[in-house]
Amino acid sequence: MISIRDVNHNIGSARILKDINLDIPRAGATAIIGPNGAGKSTLLNLVARLQPLQTGSISIDGQDVGKTPTAQIAKALAIVSQQNFVASRLRVRDLVGFGRWPHHRGRMGPEDHEAVDQALAAFDLLSFQSRFLDELSGGQQQRAFVAMGFAQGTDWLLLDEPLNNLDMFHARALMKRVHGVSRSGAAGGRQVLMVVHEINYVAAWADHVVALREGEVALQGAPEEILTSAALSGLYEMDIQVSEHQGRPLVLHHV
Amino acid sequence: MTPASAFSNTRASYLAMALLLTLLCGVSLFVGTADLPWAGNWLDREALKILLISRLPRTAAAVLTGSSMAVAGIIMQLLVRNRFVEPGTTGTTEAAMLGLLLVTLLAPSTPIFLKMVIAAISALIGMGGFLLLARRLPPSQPLLVPLVGLIYGGIIGAGVIFIAYQADMLQYLAVWMSGEFSGVLAGRYELLWLAGAMAVLAYFAADQFTIAGLGKSAGVSLGLNYGQVMALGLLTVSMVTALVVVTIGMVPFVGLVVPNIVSRFMGDNLRANLPIVAGLGGILVLASDIIGRVVRFPYEIPAGTIFGVFGATIFLWLLLSRPARAS
Ligand SMILES: Nc1ncnc2c1ncn2[C@@H]1O[C@H](COP(=O)(O)OP(=O)(O)OP(=O)(O)O)[C@@H](O)[C@H]1O
Ligand SMILES: [Mg+2]
Repeated sequence: MISIRDVNHNIGSARILKDINLDIPRAGATAIIGPNGAGKSTLLNLVARLQPLQTGSISIDGQDVGKTPTAQIAKALAIVSQQNFVASRLRVRDLVGFGRWPHHRGRMGPEDHEAVDQALAAFDLLSFQSRFLDELSGGQQQRAFVAMGFAQGTDWLLLDEPLNNLDMFHARALMKRVHGVSRSGAAGGRQVLMVVHEINYVAAWADHVVALREGEVALQGAPEEILTSAALSGLYEMDIQVSEHQGRPLVLHHV
Repeated sequence: MTPASAFSNTRASYLAMALLLTLLCGVSLFVGTADLPWAGNWLDREALKILLISRLPRTAAAVLTGSSMAVAGIIMQLLVRNRFVEPGTTGTTEAAMLGLLLVTLLAPSTPIFLKMVIAAISALIGMGGFLLLARRLPPSQPLLVPLVGLIYGGIIGAGVIFIAYQADMLQYLAVWMSGEFSGVLAGRYELLWLAGAMAVLAYFAADQFTIAGLGKSAGVSLGLNYGQVMALGLLTVSMVTALVVVTIGMVPFVGLVVPNIVSRFMGDNLRANLPIVAGLGGILVLASDIIGRVVRFPYEIPAGTIFGVFGATIFLWLLLSRPARAS
C-alpha cells in the first residue's frame, strides 16, 4: 500500500496539492483521473521522489520515501514520466536494459537479459531493438520508455499517461498487459498506479480509481462507483453520459 | 541488426581502432626533423636517445591529450545533456587559464604540479558556473546552451586577456591556447598520464554517466546517486582540461568533434563507446601532429591548428547532414 499523509505542495503562492490524505491499496491497477492541471503528475512525482516533499509523508509498503535510500526505492518502485526527452542516442535494447541497472549496478546477468527480452516482446519492440531512439516514431518511443519501466521489475510501477501517442491496438495491448501483470506471479502480482485520460480504458481495466481536481482528492473507489454520469460531469464540468457494456461502464464523453 | 551482430561490430571497431593507433604511433616515432641514424639493422645509441627523450614522449603526449580530451568532451555532453558542448566552448578552458595565469603572476616559482592543481580548481569553478547557467535554459532550445557557453567563456577569456595584457604576459596565453607537441620532452609531459588515468577511471562509471544523460527523472527513478556522478564528472573534466592546458595547450574541438562522430555511428552508450571515443581522440590528435610535422618540413605547424581546420570542417558536416538509417 502507498500511504500519502498530509501532503501539500506549493509552487510560489500557487497551491498545487492541498492536504492530500490517500491510500493506494494493493488492488492491482489503480487509475488516477482528473482534468489537466489537477496535480496528477505532481502527486506521482512526489511518490516517486522525483520532486522533494514539502510537507507530510509518503510511504511505500511501509518504507518512508523521504528516508529510504534512493537505490533501495529503485528496486521497489519504477516511474515512467509524462515527458521523456532524451538527448543522447541509445539503442532501444540498451535503453530498456538500463531499467535493470538498479538490480545489477554493473554488468547484466542472464536474468537481466531475460527481463529485457520479455519487456521488448511485451511492447512489440523486438523488431526495433537495435534502432536508435531518435529513429522511432512518437508512439514507438513511448512504448520503449514503458518497456524500460516494466523491465525494472519493481513491485510498484507508476505510469504517467502511458497511452500518450499510442494507437488503439497498442493502447489496448498496454492496458491488457498492465492488467495481466497485476494479477500474475507470486504475492498477488505487481501493483500499477497510472494516470489515464482515456476514461474508457479506466472503465475496462482499472481495479481502483482516484479522481483529483484542483489539487484535492475529489473521489475514490471502484470504477463502477466513480464512473457515473453525475460524478464525471461534476469532475470535468461537462455533460457526460454513461452507459453500460458487458457489465462495465461505457463513458460517452465525445459527443 | 541483431544484438549479437551489434556486439561483434563493437568488437570489430575496437580492433580497427587499436590497429590504426598502433600504426600511427609507429609512424610518429620515425617522423621528425632529426633523422634516426641506423647502425646495421638496428638503431644506434644516438637514435635510441632521440627516441626515448623526444619521439616517444611526444607520441604519448599526443595520444593522451586526444584521448582524455575526447573523454572529457563526452562526459560534459552527457552531464549537460547537450551535444554541442565541450570544455573549450563553455568557459572551462578559460577558467583553467585564469587560475594558471593568476598563480604564475602571483607566485611564479610554484611547482608545476601545484600550478596544475590550482588551474584544475579554477576550471572546476568555471564549469560549475556554466552548469548552473545551463540548468536555467529551456531544453527545447538545444542551441542556446553552446551559445551561452561561448559568451560565458568569452567573458572569462576577456578577463584573462586583460590581466595578461596588463601584466605583460600575453606570450604565455599564446602557448596555453595553441596545443603544440614540438616542445614535449621526457620529464615535461608526464602529468598527462594523470589525465589518461582520469579517463580510465571514468570508464568504471560509464553506466552512471549514460544514465545521467537520460535526464534527472530517469536517473532518480533508477536510484542513481546524481550528486556523486556530477562530482566525478566535474572532477574528471576540470582535471583533464587543466592538465592539458598546463602541459600542451588547448587543442580546440577534440571534445566536440570526436564524441559526435562516434555517437553518429555507435550511439551514446558509454560502456561500449568510451574506448572508441578515447581511441579516436588519440588517433586524430596524433594524426594532426604528424601532419603538422610533415607539411612544411622542416618547420612545424601546431597540432591544434591542424585539428582546428579539420575539426571545424567535420563538425559542420555533422551538423548539416542528418543520419538516414533504417534497419
Ligand atoms: N514549474 C511550475 N510553475 C508553476 N506552476 C506549475 C509548475 N509546474 C506545474 N505547475 C502547475 O501545477 C499544476 C499541477 O500540474 P500537474 O503537472 O501535476 O498537472 P496534471 O494533473 O498532471 O495535468 P495534465 O493532465 O495536464 O498532465 C498545474 O496547474 C500546473 O500549471
Ligand atoms: Mg500530468
